[in-house]
Amino acid sequence: MSENILPKEFQTQGWLKKLTWFDWVFAVALLAGSVYAYSRYASYMDEYEVGILFGTALSLIGMGWGWKPSRLLVVVVSGLSLLAISIYNPAMQALAETGVTGQAAIDVLNYDKEQSKFFLRFLISSQSATMWMSALFFMATIAYFVELFSRSDFAGKVATAMVWSAVTMGLVGLLVRWYESYLIGADVGYIPVSNLYEVFILFAVITAMIYLYYEVRYETRAMGGFVLLIISAAVIFLLWYHFEKGASEIKPLVPALQSYWMKIHVPTNFVGYGGFALASMVGIVFLIKERALRHNSAGIMATRLPAADILDDVMYKSIALGFAFFTIATVLGAMWAAEAWGGYWSWDPKETWALIVWLNYAAWLHMRFTKGWRGAAMAWWAIIGLFITTFAFLGVNMFLSGLHSYGGL
Amino acid sequence: MNTAQSPKAQRQPSNKSVLLEFLGSMNLAISILVVLAIASIIGTVLQQNQPYNDYIIKFGPFWHEFFSSIGLYDVYSAIWFLVLLGFLVLSTSVCIYRNTPAMLRDMRQFRLHAKAKSLKSMKHTSVWQVESEQVTTTDFIQKAKLYLGQFGFQLRDEVFDNHHTLVAKKGSVNRIGYILTHVGIVVICVGGLIDGNLSLKMKEWAGDIKIETRDIIAKEVPAISRLKPDDSLSFRGSITLPEGSSSNFVFLNVRDGYLIQELPFAIKLKDFRVEHYESGQPKSFESDLVIHDDERDKFETTISVNYPLIYRGYAIYQASFGDGGTQMNLAVRPFFTKSLDNGQVQRTELKAEVNKKTTINTSEGKYILEFDDFKKFNIFPNKDKTINKKYTNYGASIIFKARDESGQAREFVNYMSPVKLEGRYFYLSGMRETLGDDFKYLHIPMDANATMDRFFRFHAILNDDARLLQMAQTAVGAAVSDMDRNNRQMQQQVAEAMVRLVGLFRRGGYVAIDGDIQEKVPQEKQQAIAEAYMGVLQTALENMYLLVLREEGIDVSKGISDADSVFFEDAVSALAGLGFYGTPFYLQLVDFEHREASGLQIARAPGKNIVYFGCLLLIIGIFMMFYIAQQRFWLMVVKAEGDSKMELIFAGSTNRNEFGFNKRYSKFAGQLKTLLLGDTK
Repeated sequence: MSENILPKEFQTQGWLKKLTWFDWVFAVALLAGSVYAYSRYASYMDEYEVGILFGTALSLIGMGWGWKPSRLLVVVVSGLSLLAISIYNPAMQALAETGVTGQAAIDVLNYDKEQSKFFLRFLISSQSATMWMSALFFMATIAYFVELFSRSDFAGKVATAMVWSAVTMGLVGLLVRWYESYLIGADVGYIPVSNLYEVFILFAVITAMIYLYYEVRYETRAMGGFVLLIISAAVIFLLWYHFEKGASEIKPLVPALQSYWMKIHVPTNFVGYGGFALASMVGIVFLIKERALRHNSAGIMATRLPAADILDDVMYKSIALGFAFFTIATVLGAMWAAEAWGGYWSWDPKETWALIVWLNYAAWLHMRFTKGWRGAAMAWWAIIGLFITTFAFLGVNMFLSGLHSYGGL
Repeated sequence: MNTAQSPKAQRQPSNKSVLLEFLGSMNLAISILVVLAIASIIGTVLQQNQPYNDYIIKFGPFWHEFFSSIGLYDVYSAIWFLVLLGFLVLSTSVCIYRNTPAMLRDMRQFRLHAKAKSLKSMKHTSVWQVESEQVTTTDFIQKAKLYLGQFGFQLRDEVFDNHHTLVAKKGSVNRIGYILTHVGIVVICVGGLIDGNLSLKMKEWAGDIKIETRDIIAKEVPAISRLKPDDSLSFRGSITLPEGSSSNFVFLNVRDGYLIQELPFAIKLKDFRVEHYESGQPKSFESDLVIHDDERDKFETTISVNYPLIYRGYAIYQASFGDGGTQMNLAVRPFFTKSLDNGQVQRTELKAEVNKKTTINTSEGKYILEFDDFKKFNIFPNKDKTINKKYTNYGASIIFKARDESGQAREFVNYMSPVKLEGRYFYLSGMRETLGDDFKYLHIPMDANATMDRFFRFHAILNDDARLLQMAQTAVGAAVSDMDRNNRQMQQQVAEAMVRLVGLFRRGGYVAIDGDIQEKVPQEKQQAIAEAYMGVLQTALENMYLLVLREEGIDVSKGISDADSVFFEDAVSALAGLGFYGTPFYLQLVDFEHREASGLQIARAPGKNIVYFGCLLLIIGIFMMFYIAQQRFWLMVVKAEGDSKMELIFAGSTNRNEFGFNKRYSKFAGQLKTLLLGDTK
């Protein structure tokens, strides 16, 4: 019945039809890359790792299709990492002929005045990329506050661009570090989410990515400076850890950590931590906004910060995201524990604190869902939640003994 | 967890419903969660399941008794903790029981009967007036159906007396999410309970089993402390197997004692291997096991960290490692004694085994040697700049405590092979008086034959008073002038002073000589005397050293070689420290036969898959609950009989993501209005 067809302007397309050519090229490239990696390295992988390889490709496709800006991120990060590898490969071989191998060779390529490679030394070696990430996060923090106080749209755009760049460099730093670990020794190589130094990079990157998602979605940059504060704090710790403790040195893994579980347990966990951290910073913005409305409703804080219900929504969404992923991470952790420690639950301090964190946010969500709690109380709770989370993340390793002791300072 | 939106019962509630209300209430659930969280924190701050002696030392007998009685040393299996967990399960179950019917109803219902008034009072609502003779209510509904249908909504419409209502519904699985998460929690707890030690506790209360607290060998443990394979549904125990040995049981640690859990098969450790990275860090731990199962079969397998063996529901893990009783040939080399009459340096052979104790007799009474550990490799960062290596291997070492008759113990670490430091080789022996301290090292220089024999000969000769005196007399005789030659008494005095200085030195080093000067010499002369003493001591030591060299057959008439001279200095430095070494002997590791042990953990957890299933429900449920919103849109077209005026009410509601729904509602309302009413008003 022709009359039953809606006029074109009212028709909506299925999500599949909404995909552009770029979406398809992106997906095909990722799958092709995975197939290539599989054809070259299958003999070094067990079936779980093959699953993780293709699972990662599918997840990235899903992320790219659902959150368009992330496609370019994936492309740029892959490009820079492959560039680093393409510089490392021949240079390492040339050095090997002169008898310099492993860490010493990497040091030559990164730092040596004469023999270092320009791009590695100044841009995309793991160390340089991480330093760029750190600098960009600091600058972005300042730029966001400039935007907030001066109402300069340009400063805001610069800030956003810097966060994207920082995320790019952080991811390049991690990926190149992954490759470097194999350059040090084929038996040393491991995914760089295995010690405190590496997970701090991961934390900064993931928290920033979650933030960027909400920045676009809610069309506001006013929260940026506050959210970047916690990322900057993480970066300060990272730099202290690097310069004071030499934590950036790549050291081989203890046997307990040599497992494919590492590749899924840790990143999942940090989506959780990232979500909780973001929520707490948004909680602070919420409290500032509320106070400003009461005391000086014409001031910058009252007028420039997003509306309370938006803040409340962002807070809820990032806690929900964090909670969902934290749940998965804890379950994955339990499954790993069942393979490594002889039981899926040992009431080890780290496990127990993970449970406490989980219970805390479970209670937060219940109060919101069933009692309809909103506002300042929930913001305060989200901030307190960050302290609990931080203790579970760092405090347990520092103050309590247990099976997770390898994460210590 | 009280998500019911049903109206409160008006009639007098029965006792049963009051009880259900209480058990299923959010307040109870949150209260239990808080208490559980606090208890969990206590469990992480207070180290669990430590030896009871440690607790007594930490808290004193009174608090120890108190903490022990309320189960703080094993919080997570304390009865009150389990009861709380039980209440949580009960509360969650009641919550599910009470809310599920309403939820299922809500999922199915379209709410076609909503009244115009209630639609108008919704948060998202629009009212449009239209006046037309041509279109019917059904025309509107059909168009809206076409429009909303393309977004994947379930549609239902019904014609009422004076209005026609369309409902579009989506995302009802959100409600399933609620059910799945809460059922998931209950399932996890049930699985956990199966794997918990509740049944063990019951048997203990019933008196069927008794915890063994004595340190006796496994064979002697009475039957009341033994569990047969079928006695326990689940357990987690451990056993340390030296290479070549086998076991058909594991130990279950319970509070301050243990039980023996028998297995339906025996496990033999054939070989245990540790592989190392270049830096000496362990790279892998592997155990070659042989499983002897009388009922089934016998097979060999290898387990390693992260790769356990699962056999007949028993999981066998590589948990730890240690020494399995390495056999050692040692030499006890006494200090502060001279050579035997035949000229041989004293030395006693000793056979020992790691993890065992041996008593030896020394010049200063009995010593108990407790051999704690043996290490085949000791890899440290390379300090020797002449070698281009990042790490160097110091070779094998023994770690032992030497306990004297008063019970005082010092800990030692002795390396078997010499270590190159600053271009020379030394035998290292570290000593510390308390566990937390760093080791202080004695450096015994290696001689040209790659032994420590010359050092001990030198040491022995310095402890031979007769030869010392002889040397001193000769030296004094050569040094004094003719005039004094007659004064034999003075010569004797000087020689005796020399002997006395060496005596002070060999027991207390330079510190002892210093102390002697402080005590006996007036302050103003101390400096001068000290210098004189040092000269005399140096002469004495050199002379004695020359004697050692001569006995070795070295011609010293034209001076000594650089190497021998460096050796002298190193030897004197070592000798000066002997007084602080703490034991009157050095224990040399001569030879060993390495025997390792593997620590296995064996567990049986039939509830594991139940727990995993619960986790799966929980995760799926969480995503359904967070990311699938239950949305409803109503389009009600109201038309009074015979009236050309129509009223369109478009309303929407959601239970999640209000913000996203806002956008969607605005879009729908805008498009529908244009679609239904045209551009005209």
